[in-house]
Amino acid sequence: MITVELFKLVRRLRTWVSIGLICALPLVVAIFIAVTHIAPAPGQGSAFLSAVLNEGQLYPAAALALVLPVFLPVAVAVVAGDSIAGEATAGTLRYLLARPVGRTRLLVAKLVAVITFAVIAVAAVAVTSYATGVLILGPSRAAAVGTGGLSGSIAPGAGGAPTAGLQPGGSITSLSGAPLTTLELVERVLGAMAFITVSMLGVAAIALFLSTLTNSAIGAALGSLAALVISEILVTLNAASAVQPYLPTRYWLAWIDFFRQPIFWPDIQRGFAIQAVYVAVFLAAAWANFATRDITT
Amino acid sequence: MITTRNLTKRFGRIEAVRDVSLDVREGDRYGLLGPNGSGKSTLVRMLLGLVYATSGSISVLGEPVPRHVGRVLPEIGAVIEEPAAYPHLSGRANLRLLDAAGPDASRRTRRRRVDEALEQVGLAGIDKRPVRAYSLGMRQRLGLAAALVRRPRLLILDEPTNGLDPRGIRDIRDLLTALNGEGVTVFLSSHLLPEVSALCTRIGVLDAGRLVLQEQLASLQEPTGRVLVSTDDPERAVASLDGLVERRDGADLVVRSPDPAALNARLVAAGVPVRSLMVQRRSLEEIVLEVTGAGSDQFGVPAVTPGGTNLPHGGLPPPVPPGPPDPPAETL
Repeated sequence: MITVELFKLVRRLRTWVSIGLICALPLVVAIFIAVTHIAPAPGQGSAFLSAVLNEGQLYPAAALALVLPVFLPVAVAVVAGDSIAGEATAGTLRYLLARPVGRTRLLVAKLVAVITFAVIAVAAVAVTSYATGVLILGPSRAAAVGTGGLSGSIAPGAGGAPTAGLQPGGSITSLSGAPLTTLELVERVLGAMAFITVSMLGVAAIALFLSTLTNSAIGAALGSLAALVISEILVTLNAASAVQPYLPTRYWLAWIDFFRQPIFWPDIQRGFAIQAVYVAVFLAAAWANFATRDITT
Repeated sequence: MITTRNLTKRFGRIEAVRDVSLDVREGDRYGLLGPNGSGKSTLVRMLLGLVYATSGSISVLGEPVPRHVGRVLPEIGAVIEEPAAYPHLSGRANLRLLDAAGPDASRRTRRRRVDEALEQVGLAGIDKRPVRAYSLGMRQRLGLAAALVRRPRLLILDEPTNGLDPRGIRDIRDLLTALNGEGVTVFLSSHLLPEVSALCTRIGVLDAGRLVLQEQLASLQEPTGRVLVSTDDPERAVASLDGLVERRDGADLVVRSPDPAALNARLVAAGVPVRSLMVQRRSLEEIVLEVTGAGSDQFGVPAVTPGGTNLPHGGLPPPVPPGPPDPPAETL
């Protein structure tokens, strides 16, 4: 059943269109920066963006920061929200269940397909933005343009948007100012990708749960996005500080700590933990609802 | 093959199926009839474990449903209301996908089983066109093919000939009869009476969620004890049959007589030129209309109190003399 769901995912045009759009955003941003040579000032704009003009290899991190707030969760919510509700509306759900596919098996297969989608999307962003960074922004450009290679290498305070930069020696600096080898950079990009993928699983679990509640795929997707928007608002609201540690988006940006030297683990660990709780709770709710529901579509 | 006992399903305050005790035997071609909204689809979905009963029990192929529905479904082929398929994939890809989704299908034989099922329903020549481009009739045939891919022992078909043209209906009827000859039990629900009349050996009639009739079709259609006579000289016929003629409509007579041969001899002896002579049987339409009320798509119609609710086995409702059909029920 899992292979069937993966086949359906791969054979759907929507999968590739949405991944293409997600990858296109960092490309557009890179083109603007490369043409104008105007990067956001350190501490402003999206994370890492101020440094990429000097160091193209950092562009995957900047690209992930660009797609994380909106594009990625929207795409994941659409795919996950469609998973059960879309089949119910199309009428294929009843044929799958009568085939028979056990309800739990179907839910697991759908979840695996959504995870696969999130992994492919994050990996596609990383790969295409690495190519973009090297080809369009490229390290050589830093020397040619000479816009102060060290401007970004100041470790920011906890509140400021993080920056990184190129050291005179040519190695990449971490947010903390210490140099990173290429191997370390690759490890940390992979760590950030894993963290972001897991963050998306929280969205996916909420959307999957809503998808078992309603027969409207769009309703399930928008419902889960509404939950994220509420969370984003509360995260910035001082009055809501009591609940902030439990909000799904509270630690979304903790992956930036992978680019500190040494890696700053506490928020990363809390981020993984909170997503695990969301995934467990909403999947359990999805299962409890779906397993006992009358299929009338 | 299918037995339900006092099966009831409530959706909120609406009782969709009430106290239904259904009995489909091995080898039957069983037709479940009933007006729109009488509970046919809900009943079919309960048999397949899609909808959970409020009370009562279901046994399919000897196993309790929904508890062991996973054991029986591999031996059942089903069409549940409209057929459904992934529109961007071809018909063949859809069948292979659905086959692969289940736990029991052999990958080795998949290609052959899919091709055979497509051939059975008259779609052997379909190309790689996506299902999106199919006509309604092709989709219906594809849905039936999906039900046949695993060579089921039991077919549960909800309105299987919807959207088919007369040739398609004929093809499907022939196919189902042939499969039944090979030992497949066929359970279909429909509101197309001619279709059920031509195919089924046994019928059940649902009305407002209740099973109001379940009987062999042949015994329901036993001769009514009347003979339809058509003659060029009705006056002489009426005169010679003194009192046996129940109704006269121009040259057509309804004659009370249990023995058509004797009646014919008597008419010929009296010099009546008989054009045609036929034993009267009740039509399925009369049988169904007699035991059912208005469908759920009608409003403001006084509910018929079914006089013969749950007729005893073998019981026959009183024959209805043929005549002009009841005036159409007033709608709101």
